[in-house]
Amino acid sequence: MSNDPSHDPLIIAGREFRSRLWVGTGKYKDFEETRLAIEASGADIVTVAVRRVNITDKNSENLLDYIDPKKYTILPNTAGCYTVEDAVRYSRLARAAGVSDLVKLEVIGDERTLFPDTAGLIEAAKILIAEGFIVLPYTNDDPIVAQKLMDIGCPAVMPLAAPIGSGLGIRNPYNLKIIMETVKVPIIVDAGVGTASDAALAMEYGADAVLMNTAIAGAKDPIMMATAMRFAVDAGRLAFKAGRIPRKLYATASSPIEGML
Amino acid sequence: MKIILNGEEQEHHAPLTVAVLLQELNLRTEQVAVEINLKILDRSNFSTWKLQEGDKIEILSFFGGGSPHPSQLRDENQYE
Repeated sequence: MSNDPSHDPLIIAGREFRSRLWVGTGKYKDFEETRLAIEASGADIVTVAVRRVNITDKNSENLLDYIDPKKYTILPNTAGCYTVEDAVRYSRLARAAGVSDLVKLEVIGDERTLFPDTAGLIEAAKILIAEGFIVLPYTNDDPIVAQKLMDIGCPAVMPLAAPIGSGLGIRNPYNLKIIMETVKVPIIVDAGVGTASDAALAMEYGADAVLMNTAIAGAKDPIMMATAMRFAVDAGRLAFKAGRIPRKLYATASSPIEGML
Repeated sequence: MKIILNGEEQEHHAPLTVAVLLQELNLRTEQVAVEINLKILDRSNFSTWKLQEGDKIEILSFFGGGSPHPSQLRDENQYE
């Protein structure tokens, strides 16, 4: 086992990815800031939304002029979809607009929490998997739902740390640990990360990757935060692989007693 | 001929193919999805498919997104 994070690829549905930090492309000041932050993050998977093009401004710029699809894996999401029908429709549109069968499936259950509608999620995932999609589902930190998503053929499962954009960090570490132990496909902790230590913690628990948007884009200095997140994910991953010491209530001396006066 | 393009009623000349419409909108064909009356049109048919009076056309592409809640950007809606 190498200690070099660059020799620790993440493999999802037979595709190999270098970085364990996935990033969203929303909420940035402009496309240039988006580009610089993504570059600083070291991510090779970036999520995008599917929306109507601007038909009035014919000179409007295009996100993919800044995020080269040859350099990054573009992962379209179904953000903003509240029904199975919408999520399936947007997934099909994403596939038609893009070049791959990958979709980050979101079926949102409630506007205030943006928590997933997990029943709708499973239903939509089944439909899309039958149509040949590679479905990466955004789900709750519910081990049973995560298990079901794996069972129906999702090659990775993406449980939330906390509500989207909340920055609360990991609210339910024990559920996430259960998911990581029981679900035998890569686990990508998605949403709710606030700062670098949250990302490191997710990786230390054994997450295979972390996806975030607001924690970077909403920081005072998004590019610096993207760099911090890159280090945090690498550090957390290495700490996980290295194996932490057990917690003990009392001290254990590090220096030998022998040789003392 | 009237068509409804991205929810907006518009008057266009006929005949009009999807490829010509995209060209007139200054859109590249490789990053868009076109849906006509709720059916996705395969990119290989853009240059031959003729739009009809009353067609509902949706043209979509990729935009910045990770999560759908712009109101939560920077200092708004703080918990602490």
